[in-house]
Amino acid sequence: MSQPSLVVGNVNWFKYASPQSFYPLAGAMIPWFAWAAAALCAAGLYVGFFVAPTDHQQGESYRIIFIHVPAAWMSMFLYLVMAFWAGVGLVFNTRLSHMMASALAPTGALFTFLALWTGSLWGKPTWGTWWVWDARLTSELILLFLYFGFMALKAAIDDPRRADRAGAVLALVGVVNIPIIYYSVEWWNTLHQGASVSLTRAPTMAATMLTGMLLMALAAWMYSIAASLHRVRSVILERERGADWLRAL
Amino acid sequence: MLTALRCVIRRDLLLAMRRRSDVATALLFFVIVVSLFPLGVGPEPNLLREIAPGVIWVAALLASMLSLSRLFAADFADGTLEQMILSATPLGAIVAAKVVAHWLVSGLPLVLIAPVLALQFDLAQPLLPVLTVSLLLGTPVLSLIGAIGAALTLGVRGSGVLLSLLVLPLYVPVLIMGAGAVEAAAVGLDNAGHLLLLAAFLVGAAAFAPWAISAALRISME
Amino acid sequence: MLEAIDLECVRGERTLFSGLNFALRGGELMRVAGANGSGKTSLLRIVCGLLFPEQGSVRWRGENVRTLREEYGKELVYVGHSNAVKDDLTAAENVTVSCTLSGMEPDRDRVHEALHGIGLAGCEGLPARALSQGQRRRVALARLLLCGHAPLWVLDEPFAALDAQAIERVQALISAHVARGAAVVYTSHQEARLPATHTINLAGAASDR
Repeated sequence: MSQPSLVVGNVNWFKYASPQSFYPLAGAMIPWFAWAAAALCAAGLYVGFFVAPTDHQQGESYRIIFIHVPAAWMSMFLYLVMAFWAGVGLVFNTRLSHMMASALAPTGALFTFLALWTGSLWGKPTWGTWWVWDARLTSELILLFLYFGFMALKAAIDDPRRADRAGAVLALVGVVNIPIIYYSVEWWNTLHQGASVSLTRAPTMAATMLTGMLLMALAAWMYSIAASLHRVRSVILERERGADWLRAL
Repeated sequence: MLTALRCVIRRDLLLAMRRRSDVATALLFFVIVVSLFPLGVGPEPNLLREIAPGVIWVAALLASMLSLSRLFAADFADGTLEQMILSATPLGAIVAAKVVAHWLVSGLPLVLIAPVLALQFDLAQPLLPVLTVSLLLGTPVLSLIGAIGAALTLGVRGSGVLLSLLVLPLYVPVLIMGAGAVEAAAVGLDNAGHLLLLAAFLVGAAAFAPWAISAALRISME
Repeated sequence: MLEAIDLECVRGERTLFSGLNFALRGGELMRVAGANGSGKTSLLRIVCGLLFPEQGSVRWRGENVRTLREEYGKELVYVGHSNAVKDDLTAAENVTVSCTLSGMEPDRDRVHEALHGIGLAGCEGLPARALSQGQRRRVALARLLLCGHAPLWVLDEPFAALDAQAIERVQALISAHVARGAAVVYTSHQEARLPATHTINLAGAASDR
C-alpha cells in the first residue's frame, strides 16, 4: 500500500498513522490524560457530593446522575468515534485506525454498562424497581448489545485484517441504525407508558449541579482517551510482534 | 443484467425446491415457538389476545434468523460465491436477487401462516389484515439486515450464535413498528404511522443493505 | 494487458511471496509453479481481485482490478480450486448458471454441445451429486467452451482429477485460446506440457517472516 500524505501546517499527519511512530507518541500522552482524568474526577465528585444542593423531590439519591449522565453521554459518543475510525480504516486502509476502533470498543461497553447500572440503582429509590423499560435505559441496553456484537465478531475471526474490515462494516451498519433504534424505542415508550420521569430531566438544574456534571463529563473524556491509548498500545504490541522496530525497542 | 438476476433467483428457488425439508423446518419452528407461549403464560384469553402481535412478531424474527446462515454458506463452501464476486453483473444486484429469493422461501411462508396462528390467540378478525401487512412490509427488512450479518460471519467458528448477537439488536425497530401497528389497531388508534415507517425501513434497507452485504462478502472471501 | 506490480502476499504470519512482478500480453500463457502452500492459489486470487495483496497492485489494461470490479468480470473467466458445482442441480443447469454469471445467455443447445465437447455426453440431466470428482471438474471447465470470447482466463489447477484424455482436451482448449490472442494464467504442480511464455516459480520465494 502506498502511504498517502496529508500535509497541514508543515506536519505530515499520516506519519502518525503508522503504528511505529504512534506507539511512543501514545506512550508519552497517556500520563497527561490519566492525571487530568483523576484531577477532574476528584473535582467533579467533590462538587457533586458536597457542593451541589440536595434535591427537594428526590433527596440525595439524585446525586447518582453525576456518574450516570456522563457515562451515558460517553457510551453513545464513543460508538460514534469507534465507527468513525472504522470508516477511516475501511476507506484509507490504515491499520492504526482499525486498531483505534478495537481499542475504543471495551471502553464504550464499560460506560454503557456503567450507565445501565447507575440507572438501575437510581430507579430503585425513585421508581421502586430495579429496572424500568424507560426509553433511555432500553436504548442503552441495545447499545450494549451492539458493542458486544462488534467485539464478538472481531474476536471470532482469526485473520486480523479480515476481522478489522468486517468489524468496520458492522460498526458502520450500527451507526446508521442507532438513531433509528433510539427513536423507535422512544416512540414505543411513549405509546406504552405515557410521559415518565426522565433521568436527565432532573427538576430545576442548579448551576452547581451543572458544573459537577460537566466536570465529570470531562473526566470521562480524559479517562476514555487515556484508556484507549493504553489499549491501542497493547494492540500494536500484539499485532506487530516480530516486527523489526519492536525488537529494537 | 436482468437475465443474470432472474437466473440467480430461479436457481435459488430451484435449490430450495430440491431441499424442501429445510424450508419446512424453519416454518415448523415458527409454529412451535408461537404455540409454546400459551403453555408458558397460561390460556387466559384476554392475556393471549393482548400478547398475540408481540409473540407472533418475535417468533417471526427468530424463525427468519434461523434460515439466514444458509443464505451464503453453501455458495461459500463450493466456490459459487467467488464466481458471483467475479461476475459480469454488479455484486450488489446479485446479492439483492439472492435476498429476494431467500425472502420468497423463508419470509413469505411466515406471512401467510401468521394469520392462522393469530386465530389460535383469538386475535380480533379486523386485526388479521393489519398483522399480515405489517409482516409483509417487515419480513423483507429482516432478510436484508440479516443478510449483512450472514455475510460478515461467513466461515467464522460459532457463526450461528454470533449471527444472532449481531443481527437481533438491529431488528429492534422493525419489531417495535410491526408489533406496534397491530397493537395500535387493537386499541383503536391510528396505525398508519407504524406501517408507513415500516415501508420507509424497507426502502432504506433495500437501498443500503445490498451495498453493505457485498462489502461484507468481499471481506469474507479474502 | 495484465500487469502485476510489486505484489506481496501474507497469510497469517507467513510471507508467501513479495516483490513479484510480471506483465502478460495477449497471446501469452503464464504457468505458476510451486509446491503445496507456496501461494499459487493466493496469487491467482490476487490476480482475479478476490484477495487484497499486502502490497502492490494488479492492473488490467492499466487500471487496478479492485476498482474495475464487474467491468473486469466481463473479460475474465476464473475456474477456481472449488468447482462451484451445486449437488442439487443437473450438469446442464450448473453450466447455464455459471455462464449467465459471466454475462452470457447460453441457450440449451449450446450448453449441451459444450458438455458433449468436454466428454460429458449423456450426463446433461444428471444431478451433479451423481457425478464423479473428475466429471464435476469437467462441468466446471465446460464454461471454457462457451466463454471463448473472454480475453483473460485464470485457471487454478485445471487438470486436477482429470483423466489423460480430458487433460489433453483441456490443453488443446488452452492452446487454441492463446492462439486466438487471449492471455491465460494457470497453475499446475504437474510437469509443464504446454509451451508457456512465462513461468513463475513460487517455491523459492516462500520464507518465514
